[in-house]
Amino acid sequence: MVGIKAYGGYVPRRRLPRGVIVEANGWFNSALKAYSKGERSMCNWDEDALTMAVEASRDCLDKTRPDDIKAIYLASTTLPFTDRQNSGILGTALNLGQNMMTMDITSSQRAATSGLINALNVAKGMGGSALFATGEHRRSQTANNNELMYGDGGAALLLGEDDVVAEYIGAGQVAVDFVDHYRGQNADFDYNWEERWIRDEGFMKIVPDAVQAALDNTGISADEVDHFVMPGTIRNIAAMVGKRCGIREDAARDNLHGVMGESGTAHSLVMLVDCLQDAKPGQVIMVIGWGQGCDALVFRTTDKLPSMANRLGIKGHLAHRKEETNYNKFLAFNGLVQQDGGLRSETDKQTALTTLYRNKEMVIGFVGGKCEQCGTVQYPKSRICVNPNCGAINTQEDHRMAETSATIQSWTADNLTYAPDPPHHFGMVTFGEGGRMMADFTDVDEGGVAVGDEFHMVFRIKAADERRGFNKYFWKAAPKVQAS
Amino acid sequence: MASGIKDKVAILGMGCSKFGERWDCDAEDLIVEAYQEAVADAGIETSQIDAAWFATAIEEVHVGKSGVPLSVALRLPNIPVTRVENFCASGTEAFRGAVYAVASGAADIALAVGVEKLKDTGYGGLPQRGAGPLNDMIKNNGSAPGGFAQLATAYSQKHGVDMETVKKAIGSISVKSHANGVKNPKAHLRKAIPLETVLNAPMIAAPLGLFDCCGVSDGSAAAIVTTPEIAKSLGKHDLITVKALQLAVSNGQESGHNSWDGSYFLTTRKASERAYKEAGIEKPREQISMFECHDCFSITEMVTMEDLYISNEGEAWRDVLDGFYNADGQVPCQIDGGLKCFGHPIGASGLRMLYEMYFQLLGRAGERQLKDPVFGMTHNLGGQPHQNVSSVAIIGHQGA
Repeated sequence: MVGIKAYGGYVPRRRLPRGVIVEANGWFNSALKAYSKGERSMCNWDEDALTMAVEASRDCLDKTRPDDIKAIYLASTTLPFTDRQNSGILGTALNLGQNMMTMDITSSQRAATSGLINALNVAKGMGGSALFATGEHRRSQTANNNELMYGDGGAALLLGEDDVVAEYIGAGQVAVDFVDHYRGQNADFDYNWEERWIRDEGFMKIVPDAVQAALDNTGISADEVDHFVMPGTIRNIAAMVGKRCGIREDAARDNLHGVMGESGTAHSLVMLVDCLQDAKPGQVIMVIGWGQGCDALVFRTTDKLPSMANRLGIKGHLAHRKEETNYNKFLAFNGLVQQDGGLRSETDKQTALTTLYRNKEMVIGFVGGKCEQCGTVQYPKSRICVNPNCGAINTQEDHRMAETSATIQSWTADNLTYAPDPPHHFGMVTFGEGGRMMADFTDVDEGGVAVGDEFHMVFRIKAADERRGFNKYFWKAAPKVQAS
Repeated sequence: MASGIKDKVAILGMGCSKFGERWDCDAEDLIVEAYQEAVADAGIETSQIDAAWFATAIEEVHVGKSGVPLSVALRLPNIPVTRVENFCASGTEAFRGAVYAVASGAADIALAVGVEKLKDTGYGGLPQRGAGPLNDMIKNNGSAPGGFAQLATAYSQKHGVDMETVKKAIGSISVKSHANGVKNPKAHLRKAIPLETVLNAPMIAAPLGLFDCCGVSDGSAAAIVTTPEIAKSLGKHDLITVKALQLAVSNGQESGHNSWDGSYFLTTRKASERAYKEAGIEKPREQISMFECHDCFSITEMVTMEDLYISNEGEAWRDVLDGFYNADGQVPCQIDGGLKCFGHPIGASGLRMLYEMYFQLLGRAGERQLKDPVFGMTHNLGGQPHQNVSSVAIIGHQGA
């Protein structure tokens, strides 16, 4: 049986209360005041769709890291590169090797669900597993409703035929060029049409067609659906659509509007992961993907579902929360204001692509070396062992550093260097399996760092080369996400 | 061990420009200012110089690469000019090149000049610059104070000295250097400050505040060296000779191997051990009359006091608070104001330190003259605590 073998989620730690946005922009657009409840998740300056997909994938793969992955899919409409395969960067960051298919799926809010249906179909008889990741970081104009509705997040699923925690039963799909919003090539922001029309002519008519197709294809009846996972920013839309389809009222899942907002393409799978975290074995889940038509996927959880209890998923990341009440920071992190970075920010950030290619495992995959003679782990990997009592030549095997703990030996908060979120914290971290590095920190608060703290490493934007439109990625130390 | 450099080379003359924000000067002006003093002190003509070494660390913000800028500025008679760069030890490296040339017999008289024109960047502090394509991908973001500030957290942790005491001790170091700088007409900063000012200054990189950081200055310094025999033949009597010249460079152990705890400079310990051996000094705390160490940051100076074996490990903060390193203390440190107040034009700094030791040894230090010094030591530290170059030089009276 094909299905979901594991899941992972990611939500950035920062949450912007909607009241803060309304306070800043309500003078200009008084209609915003109707949406001042709850909060939205917001990326740190060094996060994007790709980094969130990497972190969700790490949560999904956990320490076991299967060695039979044959395909990596990445779905998003906000990928950092238009022409450089983003799923390839994801695969390198996860250090999963190169004998596999990688593919980006984009251009619609339905990209994740349509891609997932295809990936599940391909996974049948593939003889291995597939990683399906998604992340979304949409920008919005200030004083636009979207600013309140959107949130940032990501999810990842491991697909395969053995030991599934949720069996894929089937799907229904309809394709309709219903343009409730669009974002043209090179446009920064979405352009939206009237919400009442979207509700009445869109959701209420198109989704039921897909749901019916899914029910017909799977032989499941509407009242068997235990969890109806349907994103949608229109108030109560999932319950309304569900009722029209004959789905039980209590099956409609919370769309997480109150705690993170809608994470675009990623949101169907973000909600699915959230659902899997409190679903019980043997339950039927229907997942809706909306965007120029509709996808409806049907899963049934298995008795293996409790084996996922150690995943942070969406719930764990939602619990790892820091309220951000500085609206200007939100604007700055999203490039919505022109900031004076000072002369120190003007250094050229060109990337030598030859150097990056030679060292992609070291830089993107965070692979160091382990001396096979003395066992010393070291970063970066080098020709001669760093151990002063060894010094063996050409003895280092690849050693992935990303999953070991990073303990702070020394640190500082630097106000002098240019940083998008000063003061810039960094310090010497020592890794649990040996080795060390002077590392940038992220997601830390002033006064919240101490010698001896145990951090972990995360994949982030190191710097944005704005002149050439190239994001430089590397690994940073961050406080561990503790599920509460 | 090799026989070493002790007493093989004498300093014939030295010069140093005024350090500071020299808005009206290019590097050329600073070089000529230092050189004119040195060549007059040496009592020779430019035509008598056989070879030159030229130190500058961040050449991209002023003169550019190679030995050409020095040769052109001084119109040197087409002699060999070697440009050296080794972070903040660059000036001492130029001196080392000149001294070794004389010791080898390759040159009778050699010149070392260091210069840095830093105040054309448009902002305070050292210029931010790339570290090469691969390092730029994996190296942390951070300023110089950010790297050195971490000595304080590691030192505090290792020795169980609370951060308040560390802050007070390193603050006292800056107060002492400011007091010394007042008496130095060539110093960049010449204003005494109270401890409260240091402790309440804006934070640059925790726990280092503004007054824990040295000045970033324009300046140049020069040395002319020769053999003791030639020096005497040129009419010099009270000779100051080189006793030791050592350099230790990190090999990646501190940055890549978990044997280093972040609280000290591995390289400075190695360089000073070798230097004392080369100079025949067995009890540095008693025998070193005075020293100039690389106080790029106050915490660097405090840790270095231990790595030079003047203070015992974990006790420099106590010596500092006891006034041991003050102008009237047992071993005055930074009697000229140090990098903190004399200033820090990188390529010139090592030579500037030697300039002060040379003047003190000859009794020509004016208002800040110490009583009967025998050995003067200088120390440079370039890079970051976890990856650096460290130089130690000792000079003294011939025969001492």
